[in-house]
Amino acid sequence: MNMALTNEIIKTRLADKFGDELKGWEEPYGLLTFFSDKNLNLKVLQFLYDDPELKFRFMTDLCAVHYPLNAGAELAVVYHLHNLVDNIRIRYKIFTDINKPDVFSASALYSAANWMERETYDFYGVNFIGHPNLKRILNVDEMDYFPLRKEYPLEDQMRTDKDDEMFGRT
Amino acid sequence: MSEHVTLPEGSLEKQTTTLNLGPTHPATHGVFQNIIELDGERIVGADQTVGYIHRAFEKIAEFRPLYQITPLTDRLNYCSSPINNMGWHITCERLLGVKTPKRVDYLRIIVMELARISDHLICNSIVGVDSGAYTGFLYVMQYRELIYEIYEEVCGSRLTTNIGRIGGFERNFTDVAFQKLEKFIKEWPAVLEEFNNLFVRNRIFMDRTIGVGPISAERALNYGFTGPNLRAAGVDYDVRVHTPYSSYEDFDFTIPIGNTGDCSDRFLVRDQEMWQSLHLIKEAYKKVQEFKGSEADVFHADVPAYYLPDKKDVYTKMEALIYHFKIIMGEIEMPSGEIYSAVEGANGELGFYLITNGGRAPYRLHFRRPCFIYYQAYSELTKGGMLSDAIITMSSLNLIAGELDA
Repeated sequence: MNMALTNEIIKTRLADKFGDELKGWEEPYGLLTFFSDKNLNLKVLQFLYDDPELKFRFMTDLCAVHYPLNAGAELAVVYHLHNLVDNIRIRYKIFTDINKPDVFSASALYSAANWMERETYDFYGVNFIGHPNLKRILNVDEMDYFPLRKEYPLEDQMRTDKDDEMFGRT
Repeated sequence: MSEHVTLPEGSLEKQTTTLNLGPTHPATHGVFQNIIELDGERIVGADQTVGYIHRAFEKIAEFRPLYQITPLTDRLNYCSSPINNMGWHITCERLLGVKTPKRVDYLRIIVMELARISDHLICNSIVGVDSGAYTGFLYVMQYRELIYEIYEEVCGSRLTTNIGRIGGFERNFTDVAFQKLEKFIKEWPAVLEEFNNLFVRNRIFMDRTIGVGPISAERALNYGFTGPNLRAAGVDYDVRVHTPYSSYEDFDFTIPIGNTGDCSDRFLVRDQEMWQSLHLIKEAYKKVQEFKGSEADVFHADVPAYYLPDKKDVYTKMEALIYHFKIIMGEIEMPSGEIYSAVEGANGELGFYLITNGGRAPYRLHFRRPCFIYYQAYSELTKGGMLSDAIITMSSLNLIAGELDA
């Protein structure tokens, strides 16, 4: 490896390996972005991690986004990865059906993913298969819905049906 | 064993003691719980519970115009709110394609580095408190006050600052603000020097911190560590250098690193960073002073759709009145886009992942909170150590509940 890694090189390298499996190539604000079938996620992440040229060994961020109108692929799981040696980032997405939100867990590859996947499960209900301890992290354990999904509005500030004497509202 | 007593199953086999630290406990410095399994005084496992002050910022942000999200960022890492505020403004500016004037960038660097000093100061002096040395903490708080007074002069508040606007600052720095800055630059080195003398070569402090709660560079990277905690493990990653923002590329400064990633290294890295921050503040102030005439009055970029106009213009000019109304009522439609933008927060890479779809509020906003990500390593860091080491490890990681829970 003589020259610095660029989006073009990363794209070629990934396309050589995965061919048409990786789709939707974009570069919003210069950040290389693509997506694939959700069942490929661990293969793609492992390749990005292991490949001696790509070396995306730092997971910056993992979160989900809800697109209610995107039938059959309502939930996106977004990985932001960073190659610290060449100082370049990429964004990788997978989409899943909200009725069967099963996605393979990346926590064995990146320890950082552990809590971030718990957070994603907590707020969007993405079921990470293979996660060692997939339970809610910020919300109460008894909660029976996934609050960051778009169907839940903010609470009406004027609601009166709730007994919240303790909070100064009656 | 008497046959009349029925013990719960497994109670005889259990050889360890369970100890609850928190949710409110003097040693946690914030609202989170550690359930520690002890074998004698050795830790065999730790389980963290977080979320006690979760305030659903990401949900709230989906219903607010950009400028109303700034006060939410105040409440992430509240020991260095200005960095969070600036990080958010910079994210918005990148999304909107706003170019800020150099003077604004330098003023921002001054404010951000002051915030970094005040944050590291809290962390390091609390490490002192947890090792039994209270003096340093009381002594330096007096000088953190000088920093807060500068904030107060610039934006009117002290802790949750809501400082700056998209495009720049809400008002120019006053002469008093610069005088206070000069006072700080003048008095601070002697104080930090004395603070160092209390700790750095103090035998007791060294014995309490060296080799305590270490982490290797590989593990730290795998755990997503950033900021001083990663640098203490020997990786020189700093967002200010790797992805410069706010004209950090105009400055020459050093990134201090450690090598063992233990409490002592974390302390020393933060300590050295305070010196570097002071150096940056001096340099930036020098550059600010070089602006003369009308250039010296520049404190924001020209972004009428997002930057609130001057109040006297609102009363006298039609355009200003319209923009004022539109901004306050949240009627500005922003361009659609998807951006990840990060700044070097006091605890590490503070990232904002913002998706907009042309509406008046973000479609999705996710905060990458460094605290939340590195706190999961706590169990691994403390395993095999003593109980008192666990406390000091916790404070040297600088866990801020606001940033953990968002």
